[in-house]
Amino acid sequence: MATTPNAATPADFSGNSRALLRRWTGADEIAHFITFLAAATLLLITSLLVYQLWVLSAEARHKFGWTFFITKTWDPVAGDFGALPFIYGTIVTSAVALVIAVPLGVGAAIFLAELAPPKLSSSLTFVSDLLAAVPSVIYGLLGVFLLVPVMRTSIQPGLKAVFGFLPLFQGPSYGIGFLTAGIVLAIMVVPFVLSVSREVLLAVPRDQREAALALGATKWESTWKVVVPAARIGIFGSVFLALARALGETMAVTMVIGNNPKIAASLFSPGYSIAAVLANEFSEATGNLYLSALIELGLVLFLLTFVLNGMARLLILATTARGSGVLPT
Amino acid sequence: MRIAKLMGLVAVLLAIASTLALAEGQVLLNAAGATFPYPIYSKWFDVYHTAHSNVQINYQSIGSGGGIRQLLDKTVDFGASDGPMNDDQLKQASVPILHFPTVLGAAIPSYNLSGVQGDLNFTPEALSGIFLGKVTKWNDPAIAGANPGMKLPGDDIVVVHRSDGSGTSYIWTDYLSKVSPEWLQKVGKGTSVNWPVGLGGKGNEGVSALIQQTPGSLGYVELIYAVQNKIPYGKVKNSSGAFVKADLASVSAAAAAAAKFIPDDFRVSITNPEGKAAYPIASFTWLLIPSKFSDAAKRDVVKDFLKWALTDGQQYCEALSYAKLPKEVVAKEMKAIAQIQ
Repeated sequence: MATTPNAATPADFSGNSRALLRRWTGADEIAHFITFLAAATLLLITSLLVYQLWVLSAEARHKFGWTFFITKTWDPVAGDFGALPFIYGTIVTSAVALVIAVPLGVGAAIFLAELAPPKLSSSLTFVSDLLAAVPSVIYGLLGVFLLVPVMRTSIQPGLKAVFGFLPLFQGPSYGIGFLTAGIVLAIMVVPFVLSVSREVLLAVPRDQREAALALGATKWESTWKVVVPAARIGIFGSVFLALARALGETMAVTMVIGNNPKIAASLFSPGYSIAAVLANEFSEATGNLYLSALIELGLVLFLLTFVLNGMARLLILATTARGSGVLPT
Repeated sequence: MRIAKLMGLVAVLLAIASTLALAEGQVLLNAAGATFPYPIYSKWFDVYHTAHSNVQINYQSIGSGGGIRQLLDKTVDFGASDGPMNDDQLKQASVPILHFPTVLGAAIPSYNLSGVQGDLNFTPEALSGIFLGKVTKWNDPAIAGANPGMKLPGDDIVVVHRSDGSGTSYIWTDYLSKVSPEWLQKVGKGTSVNWPVGLGGKGNEGVSALIQQTPGSLGYVELIYAVQNKIPYGKVKNSSGAFVKADLASVSAAAAAAAKFIPDDFRVSITNPEGKAAYPIASFTWLLIPSKFSDAAKRDVVKDFLKWALTDGQQYCEALSYAKLPKEVVAKEMKAIAQIQ
């Protein structure tokens, strides 16, 4: 009937459409319910996770209270546990990773979306997606066997020679430590920044570019002053994704960070991250307090991700509001 | 319909199979624990299963800590650990837990020092000093004194230790606790400790990779890993004053030297024993067996398996580079098996 609406009598048509309408509302409700269920499951899993972490970490929470966050010792033998060196290491390595990965990823995304010939763009994007699929232990191994020797013999002495007056680049060069872990993380998260940023840049309507060009802007001006600001929220989204990946990365980090719970200003110094200590010590943790302290570290990582993500979102809100004149609405 | 029939048939067959299995006295045991003895345990369980087709032993190598926890939670029939259970843990168990040493492990000092020929000698003072961060140069008198004739460079020592909780760290720190009162007081022993200095590598492979890559580094590696990967390592001075290189014989000698001091519950550290041939940084690894089984069939299998593993089973040790138990220890353990009820 639907294919030949001309042949239908008016009565037929209205009857059919009413039936159609009824059917569709039913489907609507079902779809609504199913998608709601999917969303609710997600919320349920998250709450169960937090609940379990909260319950299982009870012993450590009662024993250490808030001092857990500011204690610098991690002594399984004496039963004295503090999260500070691990929080510090997690933040520092993720920060180094973002400082390197964001300019690299966004820059490459701008090139691939706006400037590169389509053939080159699609093949480079394919390569980047491949990078995202490499297991993290491979990055760790490459880090240990390729990056660490280069860091020790060339990069760290070089940085020391040029920026040695900064506390960030002082101390002996072991090759492993915060900086190396940050670089390995950066390589791991670049594909996330690149892939998402490229998509959102491509999604900016052609009209915008054409309008800018029509007003006499050069290609670069149209890209930098019109397209990139329009895609800004999406680009920030890619940075969140990268941050989340960097905060929670376990294997690659533990292989190159040095696994020493110390707080040092120098990026050359060995350190430790929350995810790395969990991976290292969980399986052999004897004793309830030790185990619950490790679980509390898991809770801290959850909190840290939550807080950093929230702060990043606030930052976006602030910058978007300020720059709203530039943004198309 | 056809599928339903097929399912029905499968169900019937399964039911028959399971009754047959029960009729034959199928015994399934679950165990979990240490990763270090996993290769020899899996060999034992496999050979034992070939000889007794009705017995199946599943072993998950999840680490000593996990093994102890699962044993206390009763999710496994028995556990395995590289360190003995402490008194607190034993109190948590619903039935007394018995310790049975099965094979021996050892930790060796491995280093990366260019221009040095032959094995370096390490005294207990040198090792504890280095790991406490007090001996920081390779030409420190604590090292040079034990290596006359060797030209040691003035390079910094980079200490490398395990970052993951491990039985190898337990042996190493247990030894340092015995030879250095300062270590005992400041750091202590455990599968993970608060290391005063150094870089952490994950697993034996992580530590040896760091040592290979870092000039001037010194760390400890499990003996079997070092032997299988042909990693050079130094000698350690034992309590009789002899510098001994770790191998299967000198590790077994450590256990034999300690045999007369082994308590009835076998919870003993054999690091730094007496005996001229004994390598001082060695330890048992234990099976943790409940003293009471509610299932008589399981109990009989466990007892029979233990007897076999401690006697005939020991022949599989050398091929896998594990040091055998000395016969004095085996004799004592055979008597202890009677305590399992």
